[in-house]
Amino acid sequence: MALSGVEIFKLLPKTNCKKCGSPTCLAFAMKLAQRQASIDACPDVSEEAKKILGEASAPPIRPITFGAGEKAVKMGEETVLFRHDKKFVNPSAFAVEIKDTLSEDEIAKICQQVIDSEIDRVGQKLRIDAIMLSNVSGDAGKLEAAAKVIAAKAAVVPVIISTTNPQAAEAAVKLFADKRPILYGANTSNADAMAAIAKANKAVLGVAANGLDELSGLTEKIKGLGVADMVLDSGARKAKEIIAHNTLIRRAAIKKGDKTVGYPVINFMQRQDSLLEGLLASVGVAKYASIIVMSSIEKWKNLALFTLRQNIYTDPQVPMQVEQKIYHIGEPKPESPLFITTNFSLTYFIVSGEIENSKVASRLAVMDCEGLSVLTAWAAGKFTASKIAQFIQESGVEKDVANKELILPGYVAILSGALEEKLPGWKITVGPREANTIPAFLKTR
Amino acid sequence: MAFTEPKETYSGKVYPVTIGTGDKAVTCGGENVLPFHSFEGITPSRPVIAIEIQDVPPADWPDTVRKPYDAVSGDPVSWATFCQDELKAKALALRLVGTHPDRENRSPADAVKTVKDVLAAVQVPLIILGSNHAEKDTSVLVAVAEAAKDKNCIIGKAQEANYKTIAAASMANNHKLIAMSELDINLSKQLNILITQMGFDKEKIITDPMCSALGYGIEYTYSVMERIRLAALTQNDVTMQQPLLGDVGMYVWKIKEASAPEADLPQWGALEERGIAWEAETAAALMIAGAGLLIMRHPRAIKEVENLIDELV
Repeated sequence: MALSGVEIFKLLPKTNCKKCGSPTCLAFAMKLAQRQASIDACPDVSEEAKKILGEASAPPIRPITFGAGEKAVKMGEETVLFRHDKKFVNPSAFAVEIKDTLSEDEIAKICQQVIDSEIDRVGQKLRIDAIMLSNVSGDAGKLEAAAKVIAAKAAVVPVIISTTNPQAAEAAVKLFADKRPILYGANTSNADAMAAIAKANKAVLGVAANGLDELSGLTEKIKGLGVADMVLDSGARKAKEIIAHNTLIRRAAIKKGDKTVGYPVINFMQRQDSLLEGLLASVGVAKYASIIVMSSIEKWKNLALFTLRQNIYTDPQVPMQVEQKIYHIGEPKPESPLFITTNFSLTYFIVSGEIENSKVASRLAVMDCEGLSVLTAWAAGKFTASKIAQFIQESGVEKDVANKELILPGYVAILSGALEEKLPGWKITVGPREANTIPAFLKTR
Repeated sequence: MAFTEPKETYSGKVYPVTIGTGDKAVTCGGENVLPFHSFEGITPSRPVIAIEIQDVPPADWPDTVRKPYDAVSGDPVSWATFCQDELKAKALALRLVGTHPDRENRSPADAVKTVKDVLAAVQVPLIILGSNHAEKDTSVLVAVAEAAKDKNCIIGKAQEANYKTIAAASMANNHKLIAMSELDINLSKQLNILITQMGFDKEKIITDPMCSALGYGIEYTYSVMERIRLAALTQNDVTMQQPLLGDVGMYVWKIKEASAPEADLPQWGALEERGIAWEAETAAALMIAGAGLLIMRHPRAIKEVENLIDELV
């Protein structure tokens, strides 16, 4: 929990010595509260005060990175319970389970699926982020053999090793010692051994508990053993429990400052039915899962989940924008209609959707107005006759169309006169005010 | 040290709204906590999924969702009985899309006949929706509300431009009412206030904050729903305590992801599963945000969302 300036002031020497560069201890305390200064600037502060301040200024959910290189996954650092309050920070990572009972070929095939899973959506690269190798065979040799296949075939993909057997864990985790894997499966009976392996191999430790009480006790114990980076599994497997536990963990960490659960959460969503598994995963995306483990990663399911994750983790304060360009809807011919609108993503989605509904192939010129809708952009002076004219001229659309006719949103009909002056040779047509009447508008042309 | 569970108690609750009559009546809402937070309060009803049918054949639906109904969708009555008897629908949503002036432009009298025929054929509760043409909906919905008198249907959608007539007809014939506004918590609140100022019972309204599909603005619907629920619960705001509607099918089945063939976009995977997943995921996300009533189309998407609800309650 962040401390106020006055609370911090009480911990300072109150000598007003100015050695920190601030005129008084109170002024220094205020800077600390706003994170504009570091406690290290004070030469006389007590070790105890330093410790209190250090703990208080740490983020409520510990930032942890797993994997290495450009595909490393960042987790934690969340500060809110609801996305409308502030942006959710680190998107949930999707992991696919590989069982060590599979053949080498089968394992290699899933590795390839993971590598091929990357797609581009609205300018972001989205992918299946990790592989979880699970020791379902119970055999240490099989786990190690499977781990070798993964290390060879999916070298860049972050890995989670799942086993409760410390001997099996050690051999498998070693293969990824320089790649910051997660070792999942520290429980009440093996915590000491697992913590030692995690420390020796610089792995993040996955804590497997049976309920929230046990979880909080276990993380405290493991922290005491010198492991700082953990991910949490409360044991919840059914959707109802997952929502309950994930919510209680997030609340305890953020609102109560409970450090024992201030770590990223891993949820196991494996289901026989792939579609149901996808729905479970979407519950995890919405409700605070940092890692979601699934049993299969079909492309159709990935696309839906990647999209949901992207949507839930967008910044609610920044309007979603689409790229400025001339979009083709259907396969427009030179004589097809040309519409213009702004680049607020919702505006684009609604307008392009309605043009699509009309089944009339068209061009849609989307102009960069910093993500504002048509009326707002017009009011803010970003969607004006001269700016539209400049955009249309520079876009080069003129050479693609047979008739130089531009369809303007009905709400800015007022611009049509000025626009005809600025775009000589063009006919400006006032289109519908609302997108849902575009099909009717196109039908009557 | 034991873990202290930080449970919340809220001052407000969501009104329970019952639709239909007799054994087949269903209720949504009634909870005094956020969606599926049964660990800290009461959640008496599961979200209700109504299967969408239409007054005219769904020629504009993509193949994936049109095919399961091909044998029955030529006639609203056979479509309705198929959904009730074969798909075990708990409620139906009859969209009178054929009354739209740009579609078949069916008359209010045509709509009345369809509604009467469907009501005579099925026992499950009925949601009756216009074509979302503000002006035409006034005449159509007034006529069908009367034709369905005392069947405890939901009539929709009342919007700022036409709420007076539609709310009055709904009230006079003992129905519930969908109040729809466009993705803004304040507009939603204002419309609910306007409708209740006419003497309409605030506990008979379903709020539709406007749906959007996954990938096409769902985060707006999601956050508006979440904020409406928080206002209802934490601030005990009586104008925000209505169950929320997610009109999912209509928004999902017109987007590219639901109809673009795999041959054109191999990285998007199998078309049929993709469309079904898209509808189911959209519904699931909105349920988590607060939707207590969903209108959906594809039988498989509906079945999987029911399976998810089984796990959530």
